[in-house]
Amino acid sequence: MSVAGGQVAGEVVTGEAPAEEEASRAPLKRRDNRAWWLVLPVVLSVAFTAVIPLMTVVNFSVQDVFSPVDRVFVGLEWFQSISRDPEVRAALVRTLLFSAQVLLLEIPLGVALAVVMPRRGAWVSVALVLVALPLLIPWNVVGTIWQIFARGDIGLGGWTINNVLGINFNYTLDPADAWITVLVMDVWHWTPLVALLAYAGLRSIPEPYFQAAQIDAASAWATFRHIQLPRLRGVLTIAILLRFMDSFMIYTEPFVVTGGGPGNATSFLSILLSKIAVGQFDVGPAAAFSLLYFLIVQVFCYVFFTVLTRSGR
Amino acid sequence: MTVILDRVSVRQRGVTWLDDINLELADGMTTLIGPMTAGKTTLMRVVAGLLTPDSGRVLVAGEDVTKISVRKRSVAFVYQQFINYPALTVYENIASPLRLDPRFRRDGVDRRVREVAELMGIAALLDRRPSELSGGQQQRTAIARALARPVDVLLLDEPLANLDFKLREQLRADLKTMFAGSPGVVLYATADPNEALTFGAPTVVLGEGRVRQVGDVAAMYAHPPTLAVAATLSDPPLNLLPGVVRDGRIELPGMAGPDSRAAVLPAPGAPASGRAVLLGIRPHQVTIGRYTPGALELPAEIRLAEVTGSATFLHLLLDGGRHLVAHLPGTQLFTPGEATVAYVDPAHVFVFDEDGGRLLATGAAEVDLRG
Repeated sequence: MSVAGGQVAGEVVTGEAPAEEEASRAPLKRRDNRAWWLVLPVVLSVAFTAVIPLMTVVNFSVQDVFSPVDRVFVGLEWFQSISRDPEVRAALVRTLLFSAQVLLLEIPLGVALAVVMPRRGAWVSVALVLVALPLLIPWNVVGTIWQIFARGDIGLGGWTINNVLGINFNYTLDPADAWITVLVMDVWHWTPLVALLAYAGLRSIPEPYFQAAQIDAASAWATFRHIQLPRLRGVLTIAILLRFMDSFMIYTEPFVVTGGGPGNATSFLSILLSKIAVGQFDVGPAAAFSLLYFLIVQVFCYVFFTVLTRSGR
Repeated sequence: MTVILDRVSVRQRGVTWLDDINLELADGMTTLIGPMTAGKTTLMRVVAGLLTPDSGRVLVAGEDVTKISVRKRSVAFVYQQFINYPALTVYENIASPLRLDPRFRRDGVDRRVREVAELMGIAALLDRRPSELSGGQQQRTAIARALARPVDVLLLDEPLANLDFKLREQLRADLKTMFAGSPGVVLYATADPNEALTFGAPTVVLGEGRVRQVGDVAAMYAHPPTLAVAATLSDPPLNLLPGVVRDGRIELPGMAGPDSRAAVLPAPGAPASGRAVLLGIRPHQVTIGRYTPGALELPAEIRLAEVTGSATFLHLLLDGGRHLVAHLPGTQLFTPGEATVAYVDPAHVFVFDEDGGRLLATGAAEVDLRG
């Protein structure tokens, strides 16, 4: 579990059985190390795709780089300065708050959507296509759509709020408006993913469960609470992990819509990171920042996964 | 209490699942037997009220309930799959049908749950969840759930089919005693003839959405009125050999030698009508290498012997190219490829009309094919 963190749920679950099997067979066989050759391709590809790039980041994070030939080892100095930086701390709080709101909105909404989607008949495919539509749009296009849609002058949504509902709404000036715009955009974009996962989970429930509930004269809520929800545990675990990771690392959409503003209102960790890494080219602090960022995601996913898989057993 | 199905038909997407079913189910247990896709589950669902028939009526105690929702009916259902509420304990699972029933107040629920759990042998498991139980315990819980609330109609749809052999035997015996004094109508669906014969209850044979036969299961087994009934009630499957009536005998084409007793079955009093028949032979009526006078002799080649310990299933290839399975007692050893002779007492041969499958005679001696 410590190796995979929360990333690959399947590995964690199935990890134990083969080891046990191997141990029970071991005394029967003489030593044979040829199996390592079979693992080698995986080790190599993971080395090139994950470990080596990560190690260059680790390398930068402990050095002060003035030029490619002029660098100084600084130990954990960058880690200390990043973790004490008030701007980073503010962004962390902001990002955590955003992720929490995303989960609180998208998970119940997605499940509700899945419950009301038709289970059979001609409307199934229509509902699926309609729900899946936002997922097919590239992220920067989603940002562009909402950047225009929410504008008070030419955007349908922004105009309606200002002129029909009579509420003063301007996401380029008001921090709360900007926050709401980014949040609603994320809900619009990603609730369908939760809905599709939950729908797949609901579809896998055998019909007799619903019949049994009918025979017991169970209410719709009781049916949901005692049959559908327990059977959604697995997919909801995945949905929560995916939505947490994704929202915690959100970059493209707020970058397109608000650019992190107004002020720092929607400046999430990723936006701040890219400002330090690309904007200011502070490679050392950016590398330390990245590693801390990575660590936070890992820890949260581990906690979510552990809590969700253990509770209710 | 009686349940009456009056000309009930169910069609879905051009498939007829139930075709003009007329049935009267009396108090106590009735067995519903039929092969897969016979319409058993559909019929159970109609009786329960989970499915409204396309035509016909369902009457419970004289009252037409065809259009009444299952929520308002007094039914319980046990499925082949082990259906329990996954997040509730065994106790809560059994209690859930009682919660909405005014006959059970707070302490009444508790007493009834413990009573039924005791009856089903799961009293020690009340705090567990279904996922922590074995298949047999899960199904006991599901049956306890169904038994907890006294209902007019209790439906069990192949409840033992997903259990392993030993559990099935044990639970079957338990159920038999449990339903013996049960008030209300109990309808038990199965595809297993042994189950129907063990229960010995009034039995309905269903096939292709129609009622094939209703009656005493032992009598139907001994004297199946049609090929379909005989096949449904035979496990292992009935051997079928095509024959033709010629010169007062039934000949099995491809096997009749000029001076051989083999393959010639006397059919006294029958005309040389050229009528095509099917001989139905239950596997346990076939013997090997032990000639009894008057027996039908079938020369064969041994293809395969399956030994289960208490029995040996011998697969034979007859001279005419037909296959025959013999169910022999105990462990017997055979060499595949060797020639042998299978004997069958003509008295234990069913003769069916090839056209329509009607039973013409039980035992070749009674064959009368003039009709």
